[in-house]
Amino acid sequence: MDWIIFIAIIVKVLFVIVVLLTFAAVLTWVERKQSAVTQDRVGANRVEVFGFRALGMFHIITDAMKMFIKEDYVPGHVNKMLHFLAPFFPMVAALSVFAVIPFGDDIVIAGRTIPLAVANLDSGLIYLFAFSSIAVFGPVLAGWSSHEKYAMIGAMRAVAQSVSYEIAIGVSVVGIVLVYNSLDLSVIVQKQGELLFGFIPKWGIITQPLAFLLFLPAMIAENKRTPFDLPEGESELVAGYFTEYSGMRWGAFFLAEFVEIAVVAGVIVTLFLGGWQFPYLYADGFHLFGYMLNIPHAVVVLIEVVTFFAKWIIFIWFLQQIRWTFPRFRYDQLMRLGWKNLLPLGLLNIVVTAFVILIIN
Amino acid sequence: MKYDFKFGWWERTYYPELIRGFYITSRHFFVNLAKWMTGKNGAYTYQYPEEKRPISPNFRGKHYLVLKDDNSPQCVACYMCQTNCPAQCIDIVAGEDESRPEEKYPVAFKIDIGRCIFCGFCVEACPKDAIRMSYDYHIADYNTTDLVYDREKLLHWVETDLDKEQPLL
Repeated sequence: MDWIIFIAIIVKVLFVIVVLLTFAAVLTWVERKQSAVTQDRVGANRVEVFGFRALGMFHIITDAMKMFIKEDYVPGHVNKMLHFLAPFFPMVAALSVFAVIPFGDDIVIAGRTIPLAVANLDSGLIYLFAFSSIAVFGPVLAGWSSHEKYAMIGAMRAVAQSVSYEIAIGVSVVGIVLVYNSLDLSVIVQKQGELLFGFIPKWGIITQPLAFLLFLPAMIAENKRTPFDLPEGESELVAGYFTEYSGMRWGAFFLAEFVEIAVVAGVIVTLFLGGWQFPYLYADGFHLFGYMLNIPHAVVVLIEVVTFFAKWIIFIWFLQQIRWTFPRFRYDQLMRLGWKNLLPLGLLNIVVTAFVILIIN
Repeated sequence: MKYDFKFGWWERTYYPELIRGFYITSRHFFVNLAKWMTGKNGAYTYQYPEEKRPISPNFRGKHYLVLKDDNSPQCVACYMCQTNCPAQCIDIVAGEDESRPEEKYPVAFKIDIGRCIFCGFCVEACPKDAIRMSYDYHIADYNTTDLVYDREKLLHWVETDLDKEQPLL
């Protein structure tokens, strides 16, 4: 293997992991502060370092310190090994999923083409679903190993929810695969740069609006966030599957949830909001109605990466705002939405999309 | 549970109502964010130890006993407040003064602030306007015995910043 490509891969892996963990850390602050601003409150601002409060940003550090200092209590009745293993699954799964998400166009360094995604798999979409399903092992193992009713019910709910909504996810994304004719995420993003009728960017949300409306709730359900946070419904189940966790092991679940938010936002941006595509921007500059503006390749790639991050951050804001807007579903409502609404509409979407593509070709 | 409200097709499509709810929360978010950005207060909360809520003029805080001009208590130990107290937290011991045989005076006057419900009935009941309530509500203490205020503490109460503040009218 060429050493430049080797270094590029290491840099990309480190970049993605550092960015994701930073996002997760900042999201703990965003969660508290955004809820406060939405609900006309002030939010966390008590930690003071040399007279600076920095809008409560120091709470990220103090939260982590608190987690590490707290007693890591393992009850006597749990299965020690599974109890220890469970928090790793959601974290590893969430970090792995992001490997296939392209955050920029191919960049050319010293004559070598380097794709700006950790792994440019031909079957990236299938890899993505495979790893996002592995995340549910965390709740299952946590609930099962805890030997406790609340945790067990939480785990059961997590599995039922995951199984129901993964079908909706898979079905709704088939439309995207049909439209862009590929399972490779970088190809999907590449094709979203094309124009519809000469001026509308061919983003997923424009070609597949129904799929977006089905994919979004299903993905939030997969992430187990409000309004789909039944596995940890504190009013019924204490804390759901991580009832028996304390200290940093509980923190690992918590952090994994925030990494998952970032990943979910990244996946949706990639599939439906054009990924790193800036409208009318191509490898050599802007093109619109025959006019063009030449921009050096390095600047174009920079704009694309910034575009991806901007879309990503805005969508994370959107997901967080959803979390602070909608109340939790009842269990039967959750199942009805998954099986009776999302699944049939997803199937309808496939049929209609296939017909339209057949007619166009 | 049965609801009288029937969902129409508009509500059952679900997304319009979701968008409406989302519009309300995000409006709050952006309006408050704009307020914070321009240096205004975007919250209804008081950051308590630093900023305190304005007190109403009829606020009922810690009790105090009124002194006469000759530094003796105004109280005549008539037991009106003790009898009237719903929390039964006032304990008066009456005494006689030979020089002024027409009135009693309180030898001891204890209020258990820990039991007090701050209803103000003692102030209402007092025929001599001898017991009043200040604006001070910082009365937390480390043990309950310190919360039993005796005669001296009630007579020689310290005026706090809360009392000096102009009450909200």
